[in-house]
Amino acid sequence: MSVVHAATTREWRRFTPAERLARYAVYFFIVAAVAVSAESIEIIPEFLYDAPEQFADMFQRMWPIAWGFYPEGVHEALIETLDIAALSTVLGLLMGIPVGFLAARNAVPVPVLNYFARFILVSTRSVSTLLWALFFVAVFGPGALAGTCAIAFHSIGFIGKLFSEAVEDANKGSIEALTAAGASPFSLILYGYWPQVKPTFWAIALFRWDINVRESAVLGFVGAGGIGMALDTAINLFQWDRVAMILVTVFVVVIIAEVVVTQIRKRII
Amino acid sequence: MTLAGLTEARPFRAPWHVRLGWLALFVYLGYAIAHLELSWPRFVQGIGNGAHFISRMFPPNFSRWELLLQGLTESLEMAVVASFLGILLSLPLSVLAARNLMPAVVTWPVRMLIMLCRSFHPVIVAIIFVKAVGFGALAGIAALTVASVGFLGKLFTEAIEEISLKQIEAVRATGASFMNTIVFGVVPQVMFRFIGFSAYETDANLRNSTMVGIVGAGGIGGTLFAAFQRFDYDFVFAILLSIIALIMVGEVLQIQVKRVFRQ
Repeated sequence: MSVVHAATTREWRRFTPAERLARYAVYFFIVAAVAVSAESIEIIPEFLYDAPEQFADMFQRMWPIAWGFYPEGVHEALIETLDIAALSTVLGLLMGIPVGFLAARNAVPVPVLNYFARFILVSTRSVSTLLWALFFVAVFGPGALAGTCAIAFHSIGFIGKLFSEAVEDANKGSIEALTAAGASPFSLILYGYWPQVKPTFWAIALFRWDINVRESAVLGFVGAGGIGMALDTAINLFQWDRVAMILVTVFVVVIIAEVVVTQIRKRII
Repeated sequence: MTLAGLTEARPFRAPWHVRLGWLALFVYLGYAIAHLELSWPRFVQGIGNGAHFISRMFPPNFSRWELLLQGLTESLEMAVVASFLGILLSLPLSVLAARNLMPAVVTWPVRMLIMLCRSFHPVIVAIIFVKAVGFGALAGIAALTVASVGFLGKLFTEAIEEISLKQIEAVRATGASFMNTIVFGVVPQVMFRFIGFSAYETDANLRNSTMVGIVGAGGIGGTLFAAFQRFDYDFVFAILLSIIALIMVGEVLQIQVKRVFRQ
């Protein structure tokens, strides 16, 4: 009787002490990080009190929106932005897919190459688009070429990472069958891996194009072409009605891009 | 003869509209290349400039490490505060935006708000906040918070919409209030995914916090941009290396945190 009683009073716990300790450590770390950051970051309170007034002022200056500015100053820049987005996606795919393939451990069983490719993927991704743009403006001079290269290089990491994960998830059976039939490495890629990763490839390309449309809108701030150039000029000249016009244009284009991507995804994938 | 027949008939020939699509894509790309004036001589000249540029970046100059550390710390703090605020705001918004929990009258405006937050690049949002609250970290935090709400709001909403409604029904059947339904019916189902998304977004904020400084919204970006404009390319390289190191540490931490919460 007493034995049964002892057994039933044993407390059930979901996690082991080590797991609980790890969780509490993470909670503590997060709370400490937020507290320390909020405490030590420099915020000027006067600016904060002033913000609603400033916002109201800004929106007042934005109204009425300078719709007439679109044909003379926005349209050309918008086309350039879209061109940059499309070309940089293609260029990014051309560079990112081989690197992503090298990073896949099952397709390229050479650890040195895997690590090298992974390093490229992480480092291209950590340098943000604007920093790449600064670099390419120094290389090619201001303009759309610098912007295209900037976004393409930043995309390598994203495209390569997702692509290498897709290759690593590929079914081994068909690869083994091809190897057994004596297929060359090229045939192995073309008939073994490609049909399996094709849907992912298109998903990545569309998703990245959608992101690149957004990214290409800010390149102009460092002189790398696109609609950001018009936005930067309008802001520097305090022409807020024109700023509003450009922001509306960017908003509409981004929404259209998202709709296009969702529609194509539904049809193809 | 049968062999010849086999080689001639292509069983996987693309239908005409797919081929038309490819043609349109190539024509457009050709037009875009022509439009952007991408030319070979310019490219070759650029390679020369690039080589010169890279040679001036070596060796990286860490002599002004105090400035570097100050900028990095500010970026890190901005990312942490903005992620915290972003997660805090996204949680109620995503519950309001989930179609399986709320009527359409509530979800539509909230969805529009989340979409508005997502449609502008953090740098554009940062410029607007620089105008509203002045130069400095506050503008950066505000911009990154908006970006986080746009991203997390969407992912959280999708996660909530994918949950199983049976558990909700069971909790409701016991007479639970709305808040109780959320806490005991919804949260346990989405907790792990939320942690994953939040960790990812913190990582993304860290990346973006190094960028918003270029338009004056605080962090290492401002230091970097200044060094760039003064042609201190060796210092630029030092800053770039530090940013890459910081982001790699962030990625490792993110993976560790996810591992702790995977049961």
